[in-house]
Amino acid sequence: MPEEKGGRAGRWRRRLLDVLGRNLSVVVLVLLCLISSAATWREQNPITSRSGAAVARQVLEACQAPCSVLIVARDTEADRVFAAAIEQGLDAGAARIAGRVFGQPRDVRLELERIVGAGASVDAIATHRIASEWGPVRTAGTPVFAPGSYHWPTFLTARNLLNVVNQNADIAIIALGMTLVILTAGIDLSVGSLLALAGVIAAVTAQEWFGGAAASPAGLLAAMLLGVAAAALGGLLSGTMVTAFRVPPFVATLGLMMLARGLALILAVGHQRRLVGGGAEGTPEAVRVEAAVFAWLGNGAVLGVPNPIVLMLVLFVAAHLLMTRTMFGRYVYAVGGNVEAARLSGVPVTAVLLAVYCLCGAFAGLAGIVDASRFEGGRPNAGELYELQVIAAVVVGGASLAGGRGRIAGTLIGAMIIAVIQNGLNIAGVASYEQKVVFGALILAAVLLDRLQPKIASRRARMTRASTSTPVQ
Amino acid sequence: MLELQRISKSYPGVDALRAVSLAVGAGEVLGLVGENGAGKSTLIRIVSGAERPDGGRIGFEGEPAAFASPADARARGIAVIHQELSLVPQLSVRENLFLGAGWSRRGIVRRRWEEREARCLLGLLEMDIDPDTRCSELSLGARQAVEIAKALALEPRLLILDEPTAALSPREARALLCQVRELARQGAAAIYISHRLEEIEAVADRVAVLRDGELVRSIDRRGPAAGDDGLAPLDRDELIEAMVGRSLSAEFPPRLPAGIGETRLEVRGLSAGRRVRDVSFDIRRGEILGLAGLVGAGRTDVARMIFGAAAPDRGEVRLDGTRLELRSPRQAIRSGICLLPEDRRGHGLVLSRSARANFALPNLDRFRRPGGVVDRRREGRAFSRWREQLDIRLVRAGQRVATLSGGNQQKVVIARWLERGATVVLCDEPTRGIDVGARYEIYEWIRRMASEGKAVLLISSELEEVLGMSDRVLVMHEGRIRGEIADPARADPAGVLRIAAGIERSEKPSVA
Repeated sequence: MPEEKGGRAGRWRRRLLDVLGRNLSVVVLVLLCLISSAATWREQNPITSRSGAAVARQVLEACQAPCSVLIVARDTEADRVFAAAIEQGLDAGAARIAGRVFGQPRDVRLELERIVGAGASVDAIATHRIASEWGPVRTAGTPVFAPGSYHWPTFLTARNLLNVVNQNADIAIIALGMTLVILTAGIDLSVGSLLALAGVIAAVTAQEWFGGAAASPAGLLAAMLLGVAAAALGGLLSGTMVTAFRVPPFVATLGLMMLARGLALILAVGHQRRLVGGGAEGTPEAVRVEAAVFAWLGNGAVLGVPNPIVLMLVLFVAAHLLMTRTMFGRYVYAVGGNVEAARLSGVPVTAVLLAVYCLCGAFAGLAGIVDASRFEGGRPNAGELYELQVIAAVVVGGASLAGGRGRIAGTLIGAMIIAVIQNGLNIAGVASYEQKVVFGALILAAVLLDRLQPKIASRRARMTRASTSTPVQ
Repeated sequence: MLELQRISKSYPGVDALRAVSLAVGAGEVLGLVGENGAGKSTLIRIVSGAERPDGGRIGFEGEPAAFASPADARARGIAVIHQELSLVPQLSVRENLFLGAGWSRRGIVRRRWEEREARCLLGLLEMDIDPDTRCSELSLGARQAVEIAKALALEPRLLILDEPTAALSPREARALLCQVRELARQGAAAIYISHRLEEIEAVADRVAVLRDGELVRSIDRRGPAAGDDGLAPLDRDELIEAMVGRSLSAEFPPRLPAGIGETRLEVRGLSAGRRVRDVSFDIRRGEILGLAGLVGAGRTDVARMIFGAAAPDRGEVRLDGTRLELRSPRQAIRSGICLLPEDRRGHGLVLSRSARANFALPNLDRFRRPGGVVDRRREGRAFSRWREQLDIRLVRAGQRVATLSGGNQQKVVIARWLERGATVVLCDEPTRGIDVGARYEIYEWIRRMASEGKAVLLISSELEEVLGMSDRVLVMHEGRIRGEIADPARADPAGVLRIAAGIERSEKPSVA
């Protein structure tokens, strides 16, 4: 054992560095969040039901009852929630609502004129910070109440964070399957196309087989399962190419990538033709699903958490358990670490590889269903270049392209790192071209780290071996 | 030309070379022989700059030399022809000959010059090969010749050939030997390493014998007793005695008194191409059957076929009277056969995983709960039990198997098959790269497995080991079983080596 230098402090520092080194991606994610937070430190003017209630309380404290209040807001969903909260708060007190405005400054002037013309008066205006700056509001000559503002990183608001994760949930879901494939030292380029194919198949069957606008939830579910099954079948096809015919995964899945994309486009155009009755142009459009329930998976929420995030988390937990607790997980790691040793240890290598590619396809299909549901229809052009983003997420998450090394949790973090960078750059106002440069650099850095890691590991291994080798008799 | 003075080199647990002094002069061919593990390869690696000695001096052409890398040694005029071919099959002979040698002029290939030079080089070796043939279209022998031509293109002062005829037919091998002699006549020096003593006899001016890292004999064949070709005949028996040398000592654990039962494994007419030809034998319960022979004699292929890892062309294997399918290792393991592979790191273990995961890999079905979930508690208990019994030394429970010593790695492999409860154990070079202490423990476990009624096949290139451990020994030569030794404990190692080298063909259990 090499002599410890620097005593206790040195040992602690080394241990800390060791822990950080093992969880490098977590460190990177935290750093990125901090940077994004710092870069988006802004004055916050929350327009929520809570701030609405606060305004109502202000009004009630300041006004003598009975007072009549004009509520001013813009015509957005958040503003309506905000206004409703004010109204609810005022109703609880003794105030009277003089009127409501949802729109532009002009609408405020018109409303004021209407109220005055009707012989009534306005004692107070309740609104938010943005509308309080409007000309008609300022010059109305009545007290204006708005929630106070404060400073907080825009990045670090619940809404933004949920949004970031929600928008990248499909990438993260596909990254799960890709992790399995990369663990076996393979690659799957077809995931973006399988996503589109699954979405289109679900949409077309929902429209044409399961009753269109009148489709029952069970029918929609069947349509979605059909989409996922098609994608899984695609994965099985590339798995067969890889195992039975020893085609390199890159080539096999490259072929499937084009094949599946083409099929998605053909199906979408075919559906369009049938809708129009023959002579439709061959430009592919999204296949609209008329049944409203179809949109629930992509746009609904459970306890305030958007459904795609819920699905993503459930799948991550399931995949994590699969990879750490089951025979299948052990087999995947063994095949990726050393195919020959795995075979000689009785691992059914072919079956494992088939299952891995099939699962990867199924995950891509699930992401396709989420995408289709979010856009209320199957988009044949969805998911283009997703494969690269997904591979980037897996690699950034610490998986080795040489196989055998990587964790599901790492992939989740990798996907989040990519999402946070994208979001941070967006909020910070970086143009999309520069974003590409940053992304490219990030992926290169991650792969470089992957290359350097074995060297560090082997140095550590040498030290360990030196201290444990059996003494010679 | 080359002078080695007291070269030493040790690896953890092994002294590969101990103060070896050796010299090769211009125009001389030195034959280098010795058993596997005698230190020949290490010596070559040091001379060619791939490895640095721990002690001693190297002199080359009168100057002290310390080669920093193989490229450095090459630049000084030392060319090595390895057992593995280093040609790019997709390129033509000409392109291969000048690959990486920097023969271009300002980055542009001098094609005309190359063609002339290639013809000249191939003519030198009396090879009738069109320089524009693709290497993949050539026979192995022709490729070997190209390999040599490639080395000659560098105009080496010293040529090192490490088992160059392993892949050649007898006719091709003879041509190669003539080429080496011709080269020496032109003033180059050569070191020729081979297991095949007849080749050494045909080519070497002087023969050096290495044993356990020491130079034990050096025979100069030039001088008064020289025959027509200027060389004295070589006494092969003398060479073999020198290579084997030691008497069998008590390095092996005593035989356990379990006794040998009825036939457990029957192998009949196993054949695969040229590597394995009509191999038949039985192993009985509690018996350790040794399989001796030189590297490439087909012993590993036999084990792999029994294990289902390679498909035989013909032949069958019966276990306790039932015929086996031999389709996959998975099936073999299910029927109770297990293999300790020769290449432990490449074939035995998943190095990126922990010792425990490697132990559990073939046994996961024993630890499974409904739904394919691994019962980690049961797995952990089984592992710690064997870990304790076999004394597997780990720093942490989850330590990666790559960081273990060779002995501990082998114990992990043994532990997994003990847990499996296999009835036939195929051990392929079970102590290769393992230090002395752990070696003894592994011998003990092999003995113990036999005493439990398992049938054990022990493949080893170390004569001492295979004779000291086995109840019976078969000797293979070029894919065939050439001899059987019924009482290995009292057999003459030299006799075994003679059969293995193909000098003696008769089935003659020799007793010392």
